[in-house]
Amino acid sequence: MYAYNEADRRLIAERVIQFRDQTNRYRAGRIDDDAYRPLRLQNGLYVEKHNPMLRIAIPYGQLSARQLRMLAHIAQVYDRGVGHFTTRHNFQLNWVRIDQVPDILDELSQVDMHAIQSSGSCIRVVTSDALAGVAANEIADPRPWAEIFRQWSTLHPEFAALPRKFKVAFTGVPEDDASVRTHDLGFELVRDAAGDLGFRVWVGGGLGRTPFIGKVLREFLPWPHLLTYAEAVLRVYNLEGRRDNPYKSRIKILVDALGIERFAAFVEEEWAQLRDGAQTLTLEEVERVVAHFAAPDYDHLPRLDASFEFSRRFDKGFAAWVRTNTHAHREPGYLAATLSLKAPGRAPGDATADQLEFVADLAERFGFGEVRSTQTQNLVLPDVRKRDLYNLWQEAKKAGLATPNVGLLTDIVACPGADYCSLANAGSLSLAAAIQRHFDDADVVAGIGELRLNISGCVNACGHHHIGAIGILGVDKAGVERYQIVLGGASGAAASLGEVIGPSLPAAEIPEVVVRLVRFYRTSRRPKERFIDTVRRIGMKPFASAVYGREISNIENEREVANG
Amino acid sequence: MAKLIKHGEIVADEWKVFTLPAGEAPEAAKLPAGNVLVPPAVWQARKLDLVHRAWDQGLLLGVWLAPHEDPSDIADDLADFSVIGIHFPTASEGRGYSQATLLRTRLGYKGELRAFGDVGRDQLFFLERVGFDAISVKDVLGAVGSLRDFSITYQATANEPLPLFRRGGAKEAA
Repeated sequence: MYAYNEADRRLIAERVIQFRDQTNRYRAGRIDDDAYRPLRLQNGLYVEKHNPMLRIAIPYGQLSARQLRMLAHIAQVYDRGVGHFTTRHNFQLNWVRIDQVPDILDELSQVDMHAIQSSGSCIRVVTSDALAGVAANEIADPRPWAEIFRQWSTLHPEFAALPRKFKVAFTGVPEDDASVRTHDLGFELVRDAAGDLGFRVWVGGGLGRTPFIGKVLREFLPWPHLLTYAEAVLRVYNLEGRRDNPYKSRIKILVDALGIERFAAFVEEEWAQLRDGAQTLTLEEVERVVAHFAAPDYDHLPRLDASFEFSRRFDKGFAAWVRTNTHAHREPGYLAATLSLKAPGRAPGDATADQLEFVADLAERFGFGEVRSTQTQNLVLPDVRKRDLYNLWQEAKKAGLATPNVGLLTDIVACPGADYCSLANAGSLSLAAAIQRHFDDADVVAGIGELRLNISGCVNACGHHHIGAIGILGVDKAGVERYQIVLGGASGAAASLGEVIGPSLPAAEIPEVVVRLVRFYRTSRRPKERFIDTVRRIGMKPFASAVYGREISNIENEREVANG
Repeated sequence: MAKLIKHGEIVADEWKVFTLPAGEAPEAAKLPAGNVLVPPAVWQARKLDLVHRAWDQGLLLGVWLAPHEDPSDIADDLADFSVIGIHFPTASEGRGYSQATLLRTRLGYKGELRAFGDVGRDQLFFLERVGFDAISVKDVLGAVGSLRDFSITYQATANEPLPLFRRGGAKEAA
């Protein structure tokens, strides 16, 4: 992974000093709340319902064992011994003290970590594929490009006060594991007819109140132009994006208002002035960064490992875990393994300091000391030898990290909800726990098969409910906590936005609603058909009838009401 | 008198910012005495008038841009101005950073570029990087130090034509 050089290190050290000074001035009353807000947000510090929350950046999801131990240490010393992995490669601490945040950032900087631009109206933490560099079907490793982009976007002076937040993702696989289609700006690595590397550029995707699947802004951008082109997009957005209404200020609204053709014409006109300028990438710089992501020293192993095959045959629990929680690896004899942070009864994405320490140990024992955080709030060990997998599974099980549910119904993605967040209408975490209780039989969950379930506590959609096959959205109806059910969402190359199936329902009914949806699916599916595919084949209406227990003749009207 | 931070020094601000009163025609506007920054609408409507006024009274010419105003609208007259002001009505209004970038890197403006409005010391470093060389800061006390908040910058910007990787700064640790 990328190792900071002197310049990278000095910059984050200086950022700590700057933020300590800003925080001291705030505490001394020399800056008021309004002036301090953007300063703290650009360093990931929120003031939430009960307490300040600090969002630490994990650019493109890469963590070393050393960094993981630092997160454990910080969670232990400055918080309540637990932290939360988000859907965008961040690690959140919910119980920090403002006066200690500079110390936390100082400690983080010792391991080349920071909270720069993890919030605020700026270019946010860059995200990428969890299996970058090891995926068998990769066009090219997205991480060097994400790192180059991270550096360029770090403290970019022109784009520190954008109309609204700006999220960027890179994917190296045609399946789009990084969801570039639901980002403000997305770069998909592709090769042109001559075999040269470049990007298909996506723009204007996003969830939130007004969800959009992104549109192709440019079919092929040769790699040297990555940064000049990004600069053109950002400048057009900075100058033309709406600033009068925060709900209309994301780039997706601008793209939608102008139409993709006109927006693209604006960008091309601006880019014509920047193209081939100083910010054009040099081969030397790209090679420098790429070298950091060279493949580790893999053993030459046979594709098949007898002990692995044996364990898989004779231990059903292990076999189930292998089926869901391991992923093909480009290197023979290796697999990537997901450590599930979705154990029953635990808040999705939460990890204790002990677990973090433990994962760091696992990463060193069963890999090259690297860990990835995923957009579904789990952790991945990218390089596990098949022959070690049974041992790893047994160890992970002891620490509650081997729930065999990756990609299944209980692998719930959820925002922190009303328990922590001042925006949320609904308790996402307790709802997630209630649903997990209804599906506590691992065999049943495995039998349901691939099913993504997402919960957002409010329309800001941090739990990505639009891209869940089942999405659940907390709404506030006259002070009563209710939920809307959204069906048919998906991320990746076949991304789609779910649609509301009918009027909102009380919280207590939701687990039973999920049960009804699943039951209906199981009686309707074709062999091996996934939940999302059944929804796509037969449409939402029969599912809605299954939920509401009647034919909804005027469902369109009711949906209008529900959406309004 | 208001204070400016100019090239890292605190100096007195001798310019006035003229805002066209609502409903008043630029032709009719009554300008205050002395050096004055006028909106582009006043400049466009009264170029000759303003040039003569400056000539007669030994004054300098200047305009100021609101966030929505396009710097290329005054591109032909840049050589006339000693000062161009860019207004930041709120700290979160970020168009001024792009306006400044365009004036410096695209339109070749070489005169004084001044930021004013809701500008605090925590914006100074970024403002200087996009090409401002004069900044009217709300609280000047201790502010100059913020111009040196960082010794490392990754990007090519108005005050630094090369990105770090072309400056030899992106080297590996020995």
